[in-house]
Amino acid sequence: MKKVINVPEQVVEEMLQGMVSAHPQYVKRVDGFEVLVRANKPEAAKVALVSGGGSGHEPSHAGFVGRGMLDGAVAGAVFTSPTPDQVYEAVKAVDNGKGVLLIIKNYSGDVMNFEMAIEMASADGITVDKVIVNDDVAVENSTWTIGRRGIAGTVLVHKIAGAKAETGAELEEVKRVADKVIHNVRSMGMALDSCTVPAAGKPSFVLEDNEIEIGMGIHGEPGTHREVLRSADEITDHLVDKILADMPLAAGEEVAVLVNGLGATPLMELYIVNRKVAALLKEKGLHIAKTYIGNYMTSLEMAGFSISILKLDSELKELLLAPADTPALVQF
Amino acid sequence: MSGNLYEVISAVGEMIIGNRQKLTDLDAAIGDGDHGINMARGFEAVKAKLQGMEMESDIGKVLKIVGMTLISSVGGAAGPLYGTAFLRAAAPSQGKTELDTQTIGLMLEAAIAGIKERGKATTGEKTMLDALVPAYEAFQDGANTGKTVTACLELAYEAAQQGVEFTKTIIATKGRASYLGERSRGHQDPGATSSYIMLKALVEYLRR
Repeated sequence: MKKVINVPEQVVEEMLQGMVSAHPQYVKRVDGFEVLVRANKPEAAKVALVSGGGSGHEPSHAGFVGRGMLDGAVAGAVFTSPTPDQVYEAVKAVDNGKGVLLIIKNYSGDVMNFEMAIEMASADGITVDKVIVNDDVAVENSTWTIGRRGIAGTVLVHKIAGAKAETGAELEEVKRVADKVIHNVRSMGMALDSCTVPAAGKPSFVLEDNEIEIGMGIHGEPGTHREVLRSADEITDHLVDKILADMPLAAGEEVAVLVNGLGATPLMELYIVNRKVAALLKEKGLHIAKTYIGNYMTSLEMAGFSISILKLDSELKELLLAPADTPALVQF
Repeated sequence: MSGNLYEVISAVGEMIIGNRQKLTDLDAAIGDGDHGINMARGFEAVKAKLQGMEMESDIGKVLKIVGMTLISSVGGAAGPLYGTAFLRAAAPSQGKTELDTQTIGLMLEAAIAGIKERGKATTGEKTMLDALVPAYEAFQDGANTGKTVTACLELAYEAAQQGVEFTKTIIATKGRASYLGERSRGHQDPGATSSYIMLKALVEYLRR
């Protein structure tokens, strides 16, 4: 294992300390917990958004804590759901009386731990609700899930639900919008190479030199199949096909695109992928209202990428284009 | 049933910690290979938490601490499931310093209901429920025919053992192993095994 770390047991703690040092204008630590919240509480009471999950997906989720997106993020051990007490602390820290919405990626452990946090917070009289993101069309069930996995599309839920919360909307309205995003977003990824969980010390899986895995999950869970490396255009064609087969779009509809790097993929390659995505969507008569390119939901140093396509209506479009000011996403 | 509460919990914890590798190996075959590591970490935390509480006799109070500690230290899916089970079992035993068959029956029933609710699972899906539900039923059969607590727990332990064997014959439809489908057949479920190990530790303690 070759990593720039000190000790495997301290990676999450030291990362959080580094994030707070880097972005004190955005985030602060909830003392004694693996929780980052906004450095300054919003001036007007608003619905608070909390997300989180295992670490190793940076900048998700703490990188999206800030105005227009999340209010708090909980960091579990690498690829392991945070425990309920951690989520509960985050909820308590961000609640300002209008309720809290938890954005959970669909993994059995995450769902259970976050649901227990809801029960703990509810017992304190805090109104908490949840949405569960399951955007990955690759496989119907996976090593860590019942049902589809939640992957990069989660960031678009943060963005849009965050913008809605910023308008002062009530909890049920913010939840409705978040659920609409989840209903309208589909993703699929691929991997060129594995990643190594620091505590495990060895790669999660092994791919041959010329081999790729299609539909790979963000924790190295198996996808649909392995195949010999093909061109960027061919791979992109396949992924977009799978996404659109799951969510048919009619000519004239508007979409947003996220080409997400898994950690070790150069921006150059992500742009090459996006060139093809844009061409394919244009061919189908679709309008791209907004494109995001970069590392949004990574998988440590895994090489590969995912494509997310979000179907927009006027409400989602307006919220997507609204301002955001966070460590990992700034939008005017 | 009486005996030193602290010693009972310690005996259960020691047997889980002693089976760290076995549980991990079972999990590696059909899951992600961390069940033993996570459960051992949880019971190490329980041990630390109960330091200084050696003389505490309120069973519900101690089980509540065990449940909360497992929830905050195990993580993954096993933490919420076992944590919920202990928390639920704490309710019928609140304020009690000794247990009769009726109370233990209620505790097992509550624990199982908690696991089913939390995991949205039922028997026959290759989970801990395939050990716990038969164990509960065997316990109740014993209680209904007027057997002692120890005799009832012996029956529960044997049923749990058979439950673990049963998990080898079925495919997983819940939990991580479900992804393997047909490939999960032939392997015993790590969660059912850890449940069985806890009952085993309890029975062995009572036999001493």
